[in-house]
Amino acid sequence: MSDIFDVVNNFHETKKEIGYVDFKSATEKDYKKIGFKCGLEVHQQLKTEKKLFCRCPASTYQKIDEYDAEVIRHMRPTLSELGEYDGTALMEFRTRKNITYRLKNETTCTYEIDDTPPFKINLDALKIAIQISLLVKQSVVGELHIIRKQYLDGSIPAGFQRTGIIGIEGEIPLKNKTIRLIQISIEEDSAREISDIGHERVYRTDRLGMPLIETVTYPEMLTPQEAAEACQYLRFMARSTGNVYTGIGAARQDVNVSCEGGTRVEIKGVAHIKWIPLLTHNECYRQVALLKIRERLLKKIKPSEWNMNVVELDYNKLTSSTHFVLKAKEENKKLIAVNLPNFKGILSHFTQPGKMFSNEIADRLKVIACLEHPNMLSSEMPRPEFFFADGDYIKKALDASDDDAQIIFWTDEYDRQIATETIEERCQMAFEGVPNETRKGLPDGTTIFERVLPGADRMYPDTDTAPICIPEKLIEDIRQTLPHDVCDEMKTLTEWGVPESAWTYILKNNLMMMIRRINYETDVNYKFIAKLFAYDLNHLEGQLKPSGEFTFSKVLGMFRFIKEENLHPEISRLMLVELYQQPNMRFESILEQLDFKRRDKEKLKSYIPLLSEKFDQINTSKEADAKFHWVMGQIRNKAIGNIALTDLAKIVKESI
Amino acid sequence: MADLFKGYKGNALELLKKYKIRVWSDAVVSTTRGEFAGIVLPRAENDDDLHIVLKMVTGYNVGILVDTITNMKEEGYKEANYKIPEKEFPYSAEKPNVKLFGTGGTIASRLDYRTGAVIPAFSPGELYGAVPELADICNMTTEKLFAVFSENMGPQEYITLAKCIGKEIENGIDGIVVGHGTDTMHHTAAALSFMVQDSPVPIVMVGSQRSSDRPSSDAALNLIHATKAAAESDIAEVMVCMFGPTSDEYGLLHSGCRVRKMHSSYRSTFRTIGDTPIATINKDSITHIKDNFKHRRKDRDVKILPYFEEKVAIVYYYPNMQPDIIDSLIENGYKGIVIAGTGLGHVNKEIYPAIERATAKGIAIYMTVQTLWGYVHMFVYDTGRDLMAMGIIPADNMLPEVAYIKLGWALGQADDLDKVKEIMLTPISDEITEREPYNGYLVFQGGIPEMEAYLKRIHK
Ligand SMILES: [Zn+2]
Repeated sequence: MSDIFDVVNNFHETKKEIGYVDFKSATEKDYKKIGFKCGLEVHQQLKTEKKLFCRCPASTYQKIDEYDAEVIRHMRPTLSELGEYDGTALMEFRTRKNITYRLKNETTCTYEIDDTPPFKINLDALKIAIQISLLVKQSVVGELHIIRKQYLDGSIPAGFQRTGIIGIEGEIPLKNKTIRLIQISIEEDSAREISDIGHERVYRTDRLGMPLIETVTYPEMLTPQEAAEACQYLRFMARSTGNVYTGIGAARQDVNVSCEGGTRVEIKGVAHIKWIPLLTHNECYRQVALLKIRERLLKKIKPSEWNMNVVELDYNKLTSSTHFVLKAKEENKKLIAVNLPNFKGILSHFTQPGKMFSNEIADRLKVIACLEHPNMLSSEMPRPEFFFADGDYIKKALDASDDDAQIIFWTDEYDRQIATETIEERCQMAFEGVPNETRKGLPDGTTIFERVLPGADRMYPDTDTAPICIPEKLIEDIRQTLPHDVCDEMKTLTEWGVPESAWTYILKNNLMMMIRRINYETDVNYKFIAKLFAYDLNHLEGQLKPSGEFTFSKVLGMFRFIKEENLHPEISRLMLVELYQQPNMRFESILEQLDFKRRDKEKLKSYIPLLSEKFDQINTSKEADAKFHWVMGQIRNKAIGNIALTDLAKIVKESI
Repeated sequence: MADLFKGYKGNALELLKKYKIRVWSDAVVSTTRGEFAGIVLPRAENDDDLHIVLKMVTGYNVGILVDTITNMKEEGYKEANYKIPEKEFPYSAEKPNVKLFGTGGTIASRLDYRTGAVIPAFSPGELYGAVPELADICNMTTEKLFAVFSENMGPQEYITLAKCIGKEIENGIDGIVVGHGTDTMHHTAAALSFMVQDSPVPIVMVGSQRSSDRPSSDAALNLIHATKAAAESDIAEVMVCMFGPTSDEYGLLHSGCRVRKMHSSYRSTFRTIGDTPIATINKDSITHIKDNFKHRRKDRDVKILPYFEEKVAIVYYYPNMQPDIIDSLIENGYKGIVIAGTGLGHVNKEIYPAIERATAKGIAIYMTVQTLWGYVHMFVYDTGRDLMAMGIIPADNMLPEVAYIKLGWALGQADDLDKVKEIMLTPISDEITEREPYNGYLVFQGGIPEMEAYLKRIHK
């Protein structure tokens, strides 16, 4: 090729053109400008002993290579009444995945792999779900109807998930607004994916069938920060019941995002709330970019006139020695070249930080056509060596003109057609704007294509389960067990004077009742206890490892001991350091370890003259209260636990 | 009028009438628990009269407690239409012709997403829409003979089915598939084995263990396998074609008289008892396990023997069984009894007098074993010899259900007990085999290390 298109420049220019604002400097105004809108689907595992529809243990996990048997399934789409497969169904069927389930006898029975109909619903799970539904002021249904929601990715061996609505509507409060809820459903958790390579996808079935609730909000969060805040609230609220699991993966969220004129795109399985802001920020701008691409394309050509040209390349006519091509040749793969008319400048168009439009195509090739990355080269890559060397041959073979772009991919015959269709389909979608799809969030804040977004029309009644009546009596009984509303708890923390930076730790660990109890039994003030947990203990957890099991009730025991021994609560900060490392140590021994001795006011006072004298000899500081600070420092450890440090300060001040 | 409120009764019906809400109404329902909106769905007959069911816009169904309802308003109305559009099943002169008979079970289906109803697909056009692979195998025609559940299949249905199969064979069909519920598939398979003899083409029974609305259903694959067996296989016998392992890997072709449903819900529920299956089958090939089967022929010399005496019973023996069980059969005019005895074929002494009364009345009594595997051996113990002396005839290794079907069929064509005995003990289709191969009895025991290692390696 004679003139090589400046890809890097195009990338940066297009990024500017769409008005991309860096996440760190983005303001509410920027989000308003692009019409940022976000809704949440928060999944929370319920803390029950057994699974939802069978009697296997919940929350017992198996390692990746730990299994007793394997079962293989294929998912076949069922047709809607229109006689057509829906989007996801068709895609998953086209991908022709062999799905292998790895079963462990301890965690999986014949129900999970759909060889036995469901048993009666787990009543404990149902009660917890109703409890949470009531907490967010929902309209609870009169009768729970289990329905089947189709999933063709294999994450559920039956091909559908059993799920049912517990309550609808309801609301949660954010700092400055209220977010409305659409619904809460109770459902089975899915299998955990082990790998997905080529045509083989492997799952383990330990988590499969665990009870969880899904809370769905309206898309009313208008900034990425609001989305994270709402998610945080829902998590605290669920945890405040004490009836949900809290480990890694026990709560996961799907976040749906759209920009003005865009499409509701779902980012699936976001593992950490702190990832939400950046992910939603980038997704929203990706949509803005895709709308811009649409505009550019429509100026050049009508979608109905757009035709892709495809040829198979002859290895013998190539001169370049690009590694991928050599490898493809070695593996006897076919080398396919595709011409995309009028796509010059589109393939390298900015979509996300570090990603361009060609990534959209490459990701779909991986998921739909099962071509593993790296799976293609294009005329608009940052370093298109291949096109330097063989550009003329390729362009000639494709009968391409200067305003076109080209893609090369390698495949075996089996995947060739689907791969070609996938490229064509994604390019056609570029004329429409933002495709309907679910995406997977990556730790760097960008997303990749996961699958086509399924519609609401993949649900139908479960004929294996009878409707379950939720009588008034049950609701009233559950109402009695409701914990304090998280919103109320936040108010309480404010009243106690606990700084906001301490709230997360306290609410996350459901410590409000514990703080109340310690205060009730020992009279230590709320703020002190709260800070001991949120700062001291939180810090220790990050630094040290306990030798035995450390529980929050150890802290209660410590405060009881301090009260019984008539010590000043300030010693708790020193004791906690020892207690955390040696949870089973007696409190007396901890005091010994700290070299604690009982000293009354007079005794403490008696140290001061000598210290005062010593200071005068060694002093070099000119600061006014240098002496006070030095003496305090010398005497502090002797006083702590015996008298309040504020009292000590008074005595020192008086005596020097 | 009743149609407007499909399935609703009592309090729920009263309320619907009061607010003038019909099934399929798009309704807003105010309750003391909040407001709900959606399409009013029909109510299942056996459900209570305390709830009204709505399908909400999210696709979920919810039930609303009648007692909490304070108001209902109809905002629209759209009756569901369950018709499935058909695609024409392609015809190709080179492909074999296969006839699919339906008996009532759902082989394929489609979903009506709007209402959530599962609609059976049966006509060639509907089937082609649901399982297009069938068109790669054959030209298919279909005929719905009955619409009964598996458990309601009986002698009249066996006879009709046998006659229809006979007619199709005479008309030159290349293979027959019979769609059937799985619960009594092995009874019908046995009946067809006796009623349709010397068929020149395969007769393949098929069903599904997991409903065809599920993406992971075994229905489509079973149907593909069965159709391939009917169209292409060289095995001109009555067979059952169902999953081999629970995994989507291959199907098994079982001999109609040696097959039995062995698990209430597993996909791989059908097993050949006391022998090996005839063949394995997948989308690409049929692999024979046995080679002594009846081969496909060009002629049309099939024998249809549509007889059945309905006054035949199976008695499943249990310790402490009282003679009145047998006596009640005598009093009710039964002509044949198949006993599923313990061990080698035994019952207790207490019922001897009743057995003597029965044989004196000319009732044919045959002994089978409730262990399912193994032969009746009545010479080994005194009990067995006593029973034979009373006129009970050992039925070798005939499965109890097969013996029941065969006795009904034999008594349907002969009154003379010696003739009946001759029919009963002359094997027609492997219902009695001369020998039990070593691999004919395999019930694996979990937990044993070498078994666990094996299970981990194969796909069960
Ligand atoms: Zn289970």
